[in-house]
Amino acid sequence: MQPTSHSFPANARAGLADPILQTALGLARTGFPQRRQEAIARLPEFEELREQGRAIKDHALANLDFYLELYERNVTAAGGQVHWARTAEEARATVLAICRAANAKIVTKGKSMVAEEIALNDHLEANGITPVETDLGEYIIQLRHEPPSHIIAPAIHLMKEQVADAFREAHTELDPARPLIDPRALCDEARTVLRPRFLAADVGITGANFLVAETGSSIIVTNEGNGDLTQILPRIHIVITGIEKIVPTLEDAATLLRLLARSATGQEFSSYTTISTGPRRPGDLDGPEEYHVVLLDNGRSALLGGEFQDMLRCLRCAACLNHCPVYAAVGGHAYGWVYPGPMGAVLTPALVGLGEAGHLPNASSFCGRCESVCPVKIPLPKMMRHWREREFAWRLNPPVYRSGLRLWAALAQRPALYHALAGTASRVLGWAGQLRGRFRSLPFAAGWTAVRDMPAPQGRSFQSLWTEQQRRSERRR
Amino acid sequence: MPEPARAALLVTCLVDLFRPSVGFAAVKLLEQAGCTVDVPRAQTCCGQPAYNSGDRADAKAIARQIIAAFAGYDYVVAPSGSCAGMVKVHYPELFADEPAALAQAQELAARTHELVSFLVDVRGMDRVAAHWPHTAAYHDGCSGLRELGVKEQPRRLLASVEGLTLAELPGAEVCCGFGGTFCIKYPEISDKMVTDKAAEIAATGADAVLAGDLGCLLNIAGKLSRRGSSTEVRHIAEVLADMTAEVPPIGAPANPSPAPRERVASPQGEPGEGARSSRQFAPSPRPSPPVGERGF
Repeated sequence: MQPTSHSFPANARAGLADPILQTALGLARTGFPQRRQEAIARLPEFEELREQGRAIKDHALANLDFYLELYERNVTAAGGQVHWARTAEEARATVLAICRAANAKIVTKGKSMVAEEIALNDHLEANGITPVETDLGEYIIQLRHEPPSHIIAPAIHLMKEQVADAFREAHTELDPARPLIDPRALCDEARTVLRPRFLAADVGITGANFLVAETGSSIIVTNEGNGDLTQILPRIHIVITGIEKIVPTLEDAATLLRLLARSATGQEFSSYTTISTGPRRPGDLDGPEEYHVVLLDNGRSALLGGEFQDMLRCLRCAACLNHCPVYAAVGGHAYGWVYPGPMGAVLTPALVGLGEAGHLPNASSFCGRCESVCPVKIPLPKMMRHWREREFAWRLNPPVYRSGLRLWAALAQRPALYHALAGTASRVLGWAGQLRGRFRSLPFAAGWTAVRDMPAPQGRSFQSLWTEQQRRSERRR
Repeated sequence: MPEPARAALLVTCLVDLFRPSVGFAAVKLLEQAGCTVDVPRAQTCCGQPAYNSGDRADAKAIARQIIAAFAGYDYVVAPSGSCAGMVKVHYPELFADEPAALAQAQELAARTHELVSFLVDVRGMDRVAAHWPHTAAYHDGCSGLRELGVKEQPRRLLASVEGLTLAELPGAEVCCGFGGTFCIKYPEISDKMVTDKAAEIAATGADAVLAGDLGCLLNIAGKLSRRGSSTEVRHIAEVLADMTAEVPPIGAPANPSPAPRERVASPQGEPGEGARSSRQFAPSPRPSPPVGERGF
C-alpha cells in the first residue's frame, strides 16, 4: 500500500475526531493492559523469561546467516522449498509464480503482516487470483478495503455495527432481514461464508511467528483455527515471513511462545499453535502436496550491526501498541502504513524511509511504557530517538523548530545570560499572570493554550531568589 | 540519622522559571535529611530538550556543563524524575563512545537522585512533619517511574502527612501527555492524553493532585483549570516540606482576598521588598527548623 505516514498529523486529527474509533480504542485502552497484567501476575518467572527471550533472539540475529542456511537445509530435507526475496517485489513475484504454476484461482490466507507489508492481496487480484482472508478481523477489513489498524487485532478500530454493515453489503446471497446484532451471529456468518472457500482454495498462504532452524519448521499461533484450515486443506502451502523470525531450536521457540500470548492478549497460550515441517509425507492423513517458504529481507538485513538491530527481535505481539497512549489516542491508521504504534514508529522509517515516516518516531512523549512491556526488551524510545538524531543530522526537521532549538541550546550554554533572561521572563510573566494565576492564551505558546491554561510563574526565578538569600546570609555573618 | 552530606540541587529549568517554591521545598527537605545544600550557578537545564530532539551535539555540550558544575558533591538531587533520569540514565548513553567523558558521566550518574526516592532510599526518611487536609490523587511521572523506579517512596512519605488521604488514581502510570516538546509538536494528541488524565483525576473524587515533576503538573493543572475544575495541583515537595500554607497551588491566584499588593514580610525584614506582589513567592526564613525536631 502507498504509505501516508507523512500525513500523520492530519491522519491523527481524523482519528481523534472519529467517534466510532474513539469508542473502540477506549475499550482496548484498558482491556489489553489489564489482561496482560493478570496473565503475567500468574507467572512469577515472567521477568526472567523476558531476559531469556531477548538472549535467544540476540543470539539468532548475531548468527543469522548460519541459522538461515541451516533452516533452508532442513526445509529442503523435509521436502519443502525455500525462496529468498530481497525486496517486496521479489516476494510478490515468487508467490505469484507458485500460484500460477498451480493454476490457482482462489488463495486462502491466514493473518500475515508480511503479506500486508508487500501488499500481496492487491498483486494477486491484479493478476486474476482471488485472495480470501480467513482471520475474522482480516476478513472484515478485506471486505471494507482498508488496511489493518493493529498487528494482532486488525479490525480493532471497528464496532460490531460496522462489521454487520460490511457483512450485509458483501454477503448478498443471505437473507437481508437476518439479525446481525450479537458477535456470535457475526462469527457464525463468517464461518458459513468462509467454509466453502477453505475447501475451494488451491493455495493457502500463512505467515510465521517462528522459523525453527534445527527442524526446518514454521510455527503459527491463532485463536480461530483458520490458520490450520488454510495450510492443510489446499494443495499448496506457502509460508511468507521475514528473515528475522528464525530461532535456533524448538526449545527456544517454546520459551518465546510462553512470552508471546501473555504479552499479546493476556492468554497463557493461544488457542492453536501449529508447527509445520514440509509437505504431506507418505502415511500422513492430511497436509499440502507442496510446501514453500518465502523469506523476505526488504530492508531487514540493513538493520543488522547498526543502532536498529534490536528491532529485529520483535515478536509482533503488539504489547507496545496496547500500552501506548499515542496509539490509544489516534488509532493505527494514523500511522499511515502497515505497522503502527511504537514498533511501527521504529520499523516504518527503516522500511519506507525517514522522509516519508519522519513523524512517527517524533510522535512519542517517550513515556517508556512500550519498552517496559516488550517481551524481548526492545529499547523502543531509544531507537525512536536515534531516528530523531538522523532527522536532525540530515536537516529534515522544520527550520523554525531547528532554529528555536539551537537558540535555546545556545542560551542554555551561557548560564549568566540564561539566568538573567529566566529572571526577567519569570518577573514579566509572573506580573502579567498574578491576578488569575494562569493564562488563557499566550501568543508564543498558542499550541499549549489552545487546549489548556498556562499556569503563571510565581514571579521570581529560583536562581535569583537563591542568590539574594545567599547574599543576605553572608551579610549577616 | 544518616551521616551529614553535601548535596547539590539540580533545580531544573521549569522549577527555576515557574515555581521556585518547589526548589525551596526541596532544599528544606534535604536539610531535614541532614544535608547541607548548594545550588551551583552554572546549571541551566539538563539538556533533555536537545537530546530528545536528536540534537546530540548540544545535548552533550549541556551535559558537560552539568558534569562540571556538579563535580565534588556527595549527591546531586533534582525535584524531578525526568531531569534526574536524564542525568542518571541518559548521560552515560550520550557519552557511550567517549571513554573519558563516559567515566565522568557514570560517576555523576551514581551520585544523582530524584528528590523523593533520595530522601527515602538513600537518607532513610520514612515520615515527614507536615499537615495538609486534602484527598489527593498521585500521578506517577513516566521517567521517575520507569527509568528510576520511583513508585512506592512518594506514597510512603505522603502516608505520614497529617490530614492527607491518598485516592487511588486508575491509570496513574499512563503518561499525562506532556512529554517535553511532544506537547508542542503534537498538541491534539497531547490534549487527548491530558483530557483523559483530567477525567480520571475527576473520577477519583480527589480535591487535589500531586506529582513529582513540574512538567506533568503544569500540563495537568492547565487542563484542569481550563475544564473549570478547582482541583488543587501541587508538587509533592511542597506538601512534604509543609509549605502549602505559604504558596498557592499551581495555576491558582495568589490570594483570593482583596489587597492584591499586600505587604509580604520579607524573610529578614529587608527594606525595599515590601512592594512585591503577594503572588511572588518568598522563601521561608532559613535555616529551616532544626533537623532533630523532624524525628525520622
